[in-house]
Amino acid sequence: MLWARDLAHAFGAVQVLDGITFSLDRGQTLVIFGPNGAGKTTLLRVIAGLIRPRRGSAEVKGGRRAIGWIGHQSQLYGQLTVIENLRFWASLYDVPAGTVQERATALIARLGLERQTQQPVRTLSRGQAQRASIARALIHDPAVLLLDEPFTGLDRLAAEELRTLLGELAADGRASVLVTHSVEEGTELATEIAFMRSGRFAAHGPRAGRDAAALAADYRRIMAGA
Amino acid sequence: MPDLLRHAWLVARKDLQVEFRSRTALTLALVFTALVLVVFEYGRDPTAVPTLDLAPSILWVTFSFAAVLALNRAFHAELENDALEGLLLSPISRSSLFWGKLGANLVFVALVQLTGLALFVLFFDVPVWRVWWPLILVMVLASVGFIAVGTLFSAMVVRTRFAELMLPVLLLPFLLPPLIAAVTVTAKLLGGRPLSEVLGWLRLLAAYDLTFVTLATLLFPATVTE
Amino acid sequence: MTQGSVGRWITAVALVLLAGIYVRALAFTPTELLQGPAQKIFYLHVPSAWSAMLSMGLVGVASILFLFLKDERYDRFASASAEVGTVFSLVMLTTGPLWAKPIWGTWWTWDARLTLTLMLFFLFIGYQLLRSAVSEPGLRARYAAVVGICGLVLLPFIHLSVYLFRTLHPRPIVLKPSAPSLPPVMLVTLLLSFGVFTLLYVGFVTQRYAIGSEPR
Repeated sequence: MLWARDLAHAFGAVQVLDGITFSLDRGQTLVIFGPNGAGKTTLLRVIAGLIRPRRGSAEVKGGRRAIGWIGHQSQLYGQLTVIENLRFWASLYDVPAGTVQERATALIARLGLERQTQQPVRTLSRGQAQRASIARALIHDPAVLLLDEPFTGLDRLAAEELRTLLGELAADGRASVLVTHSVEEGTELATEIAFMRSGRFAAHGPRAGRDAAALAADYRRIMAGA
Repeated sequence: MPDLLRHAWLVARKDLQVEFRSRTALTLALVFTALVLVVFEYGRDPTAVPTLDLAPSILWVTFSFAAVLALNRAFHAELENDALEGLLLSPISRSSLFWGKLGANLVFVALVQLTGLALFVLFFDVPVWRVWWPLILVMVLASVGFIAVGTLFSAMVVRTRFAELMLPVLLLPFLLPPLIAAVTVTAKLLGGRPLSEVLGWLRLLAAYDLTFVTLATLLFPATVTE
Repeated sequence: MTQGSVGRWITAVALVLLAGIYVRALAFTPTELLQGPAQKIFYLHVPSAWSAMLSMGLVGVASILFLFLKDERYDRFASASAEVGTVFSLVMLTTGPLWAKPIWGTWWTWDARLTLTLMLFFLFIGYQLLRSAVSEPGLRARYAAVVGICGLVLLPFIHLSVYLFRTLHPRPIVLKPSAPSLPPVMLVTLLLSFGVFTLLYVGFVTQRYAIGSEPR
């Protein structure tokens, strides 16, 4: 459903990606762990088509239409209400009007935003805004999800809810790439794991039933090595 | 092509919706327009210089300043929650995005200019109704090209330091040809000269508009893609 | 020879030739009848305008090449050309009034060429300001290229609009024709001066480019 082949990119003289290759099928979730500056966000942006890499290529089946992006910024318009935002973003993806209403209602209900539907986004709390942002990412029913440190700034409860939701979405057949610097938060969701450092995958393979503690140990071991 | 226009319309409509909710830029531009006109009114000596001679300059200085104020707002709302990223991730083409922004800017500037014109007629009692449609025509022709360049530049400037200062400095040279043409044509129109005398200038304006709308459309992707 | 030293040699030669032009202009070229000795600034003023426009033209061309070929050397060239262009426009803008005052009795006039150079100067300033306001090199290069290309396309429009404006207005002072019929001696001095200023352009840009290419 999505693949990357020998991706390399640099900003000026700084090599940010240095030969990334992987592929992902339906229902699979690749969780990429790595420190800041490892190139995780850049990798996501190359996959999303926002950056043209210096070398190699990446493709998502279905193109931009099939991608839903969740990051730390909500990508919503503060002046518009939740439902207005959803309608606008859906229209850019050519979602038919009837479908939008159904889906929006369902998403708002699933994310617990019923009372905020008609409120301008700038009046929402951070948690509510994050949930509205997830609704925005899902309104066009993307087959692929790209998540850039989505747990940042979320409290335990909100993070747990997000994990449950992401699990459901994967069960539905969506492929996801999630980048995070926190081993605890990403482990459960992963079917595949990668450790990223200096633009390369220091390790890459199936999760193979490892729990957070085991992964953290592996992470420390591998990242400490040369 | 139909997609291009449809998506552009969606973006423009959203822009206008967002702007009309907050109304800050619009209010600023309108107040500024009124202020400038009042200053001109009190600053001149009616016995020394007839209004008709000053009228074109006053009108067009007002219009230019208001246009630059209006342009500043174009990409501001997009940065707040990084909605620009969302626009770039969506399947709409870069040109649709640009044309949507351009369209919204044109509507915005038109509103400010029409109000300015009305206030101008009110304060200065200059006979405008005889030549109202050529005057509207020159207002449109003189604004389009300049606003296109302004929209292009505001996409860049919004992510730099000193954004509000940078935009007028960059735009100044681009203001000159349309301004010269507009002032000359307005002077001739208000002075009762035949239309044949202004046709050359109008053609120059049309050429300027065509050139810069095309150029700006072609260059816009370079400002948002990496 | 390194790039920088080539540049320095070219500049040195050009400066020597420039001195030669001065000598020729002052001693060997006849003084213009109506305008007097002040007219000799003409040999500096007009070629600097040419160099300024050459600078802008090449900024534009280099910008187009950069956007298509993505080679950052074009961006460095554009940057060097813009800096040199700023200097030449400044020379033009200062020699203009120095020439105008004794002859026309006024420091400034809004004729086509002076206005064009003033706008050129603003374009260069804007270009440099934009470059200095963006810290990330890739972004800076792309933004600068966009402005460079727009600036290049703008030039004919400025010239046209100011020219049209001036010809339709009667002027209270004597208008110098744009393509003067110069006596051969003066024409030769002028052409030599054009050549020297072009050489100066090449010398300055080569040096500046070399500095820009040095590893930080």
